[in-house]
Amino acid sequence: MTGKPERMTGARAFVECLYRENVEVIFGYPGGVLLPIYDELYDAHLHHLLVRHEQAAVHAAEGYARATGKVGVCLATSGPGATNLVTGIANAYMDSIPMVAFTGQVPSSMIGNDAFQEANITGITMPITKHNYLVQDANDLPRIIKEAFHIASTGRPGPVLIDMPKDITTTEIDFVYPDKVELRGYKPTYKGNAQQIKRAAAAIAKSKSPVIYAGGGVIGADASKELVAFAEKIKAPVTSTLTGIGGFPNDNDLYLGMLGMHGTKYANYAVQESDLLIAVGARFDDRVTGKLQSFAPNAKIIHIDIDPAEISKNITVDIPIVGDAKDILKSLLTYVTECDTKEWLAKIAIWKRDFPLFYVNRDDAIKPQYIIEQINEACPDAIIVTEVGQHQMWAAQYFKYKEPRTFITSGGLGTMGYGFPAAIGAKLGRPDKVVFDVSGDGSFQMNSQEMATIVQNDIPIIIALFNNGYLGMVRQWQALFFEHRYSHTTIENSVDFVKLAEAYGALGIRVNKPSEVRPAIEKAIEANRPVIIDFIVEREENVSPMVPAGAAINEILDLERTQ
Amino acid sequence: MKHTLAVLVDNKYGVLARVAGLFSRRGFNIDSLAVGITEDPTISRMTIVVRGDDHVLEQVTKQLNKLIDVIRVTDLGSDESVERELALIKVNADANNRAEIIQIVDIFRARIIDVASKSVTVEVTGDSNKIKAIQSLLKPFGIKEMARTGKVALTRGSKSS
Repeated sequence: MTGKPERMTGARAFVECLYRENVEVIFGYPGGVLLPIYDELYDAHLHHLLVRHEQAAVHAAEGYARATGKVGVCLATSGPGATNLVTGIANAYMDSIPMVAFTGQVPSSMIGNDAFQEANITGITMPITKHNYLVQDANDLPRIIKEAFHIASTGRPGPVLIDMPKDITTTEIDFVYPDKVELRGYKPTYKGNAQQIKRAAAAIAKSKSPVIYAGGGVIGADASKELVAFAEKIKAPVTSTLTGIGGFPNDNDLYLGMLGMHGTKYANYAVQESDLLIAVGARFDDRVTGKLQSFAPNAKIIHIDIDPAEISKNITVDIPIVGDAKDILKSLLTYVTECDTKEWLAKIAIWKRDFPLFYVNRDDAIKPQYIIEQINEACPDAIIVTEVGQHQMWAAQYFKYKEPRTFITSGGLGTMGYGFPAAIGAKLGRPDKVVFDVSGDGSFQMNSQEMATIVQNDIPIIIALFNNGYLGMVRQWQALFFEHRYSHTTIENSVDFVKLAEAYGALGIRVNKPSEVRPAIEKAIEANRPVIIDFIVEREENVSPMVPAGAAINEILDLERTQ
Repeated sequence: MKHTLAVLVDNKYGVLARVAGLFSRRGFNIDSLAVGITEDPTISRMTIVVRGDDHVLEQVTKQLNKLIDVIRVTDLGSDESVERELALIKVNADANNRAEIIQIVDIFRARIIDVASKSVTVEVTGDSNKIKAIQSLLKPFGIKEMARTGKVALTRGSKSS
């Protein structure tokens, strides 16, 4: 920059900072204390998407971040606007998704006085953000925004919140955007320790039955190519966590599918019988490990992770390597040679043959798994976003993901109502892709108001609604563990989703028969506009296989349809 | 097992809440906590006494290090560090037993910093055991009130923590 720094208000500086961070899209909802900022946004060169509920803004920002790898940005007003972001921030924190959430705040002089629309959002979000800021001096705003984007997107990514009192946005400052970030307490480790990498290579050389357990960190670190090269070089099978799906191509012979509670039997068997488990960007979550004491009982464990606090948090690790997964896999590649896994892979091939994922298809009822397969056939390159529940597991099991960032789902927090707004973010980030929100009738109703957003802004998203009239996953547990006492999980006939679509000006298609499934999907893709496909599915289909809570992951059961 | 952690943090709004929140959220127990600024006014030193086994200590240390405002965490083993606490003890005292109390105070190299007709207030510094010892000797006279700081500690020798 030449000459004197430009004089501008905090609100204007906010917009300038977003330009400097190359922010293209923000998701927001205005309010009293944000008026100065919204006045600047009126003619800013930014795409601001107006949602209908702040929760949708934060989920959409996350969907955008997951689909593009960029930092997602959302904006909400003070008080209720800010508290409506909380679930989405917690979701991004659990799944390590880079995001900067901006909130308005009452004027500095009124903070602490229980002013109108005041909430202590930095206090509320302290345990669910990577870091947060209350801006106390307008001159600090550019530095804080610079730091926030840096913190959100580096190391283990995560959400950062910036709370901006109204007076900060109206105060004039000399605008200077810092070139560098200097945070003495924040220096993430990227390069893996060379000794540890050599130890890992030595352990790999000795292994006869290795398994690679790949998590969301592989996608976050953009390490999919390296993972494929690594697995193929050492000839080790790969299993993914829910958030790791897409990090390894499903059509690769070494792929075992997802592991854990609703993983494939062969993935779980392989982990349990492995002599070496190589965890990459995964955190030994309880849905993955089942009973911890019986998890991978014979395996030495190598754990590659950017976050040192994940090492030996849940399970004792033999060879930790802290750093960036891409970097570490690259250097591991230079040390390792092919393992002698012929027998091991032959054993796995038999498991794959004997214990495949399966469901019993029918002509007289629509199986949810069949819908996923049909979406896959009709549109193999789609981005699949999901809500949370049975449909989410079927989408994880039956779609053949080939690339990272094509499966977007709420993993750690398990947030119903996440998928539809996240799909909006994904579509804005990847307009070239067909985006499906695979949804249940329960989850969809948690954020269905966003139909107005996609119709108003002409955002073509296909909502594939698996309508079974139940809160299906809870119903499944009630069927299995509570003697079919379906306490408050019946939601049948709550709304006519075709009419709902039409009320908003979207296309609604009802599908009652298996033969109508494929044509409906094709019609929806063709339409290239907001669509709800109301699939009336087999009501009491169960997600199978399943590891009961608290069991070891090889104690995995096939579940027939309940009845 | 008790550990004393020296935690250097940015002297910023909310940093104490971040550290305290972390301990409660992750279920770690704090025995004592002392905070004050250091020779560098932008840095505060927290001395935290935490109870737990090696696994807990490792998690505490790593989780603290994840906080952006935390600059450095050092586990101060008792052999390599000097540690002090300060206590103010208001104890019942009258003409009959005041001399006896003064004697105890002298032995502990403590000080009497306030005298009233029916009480004296004693200031004592030392490690936890010394404070415990004088407290138990003064107890028979009747302790009316007591205030105690958390432990503060530094490494021995010229090395910094």
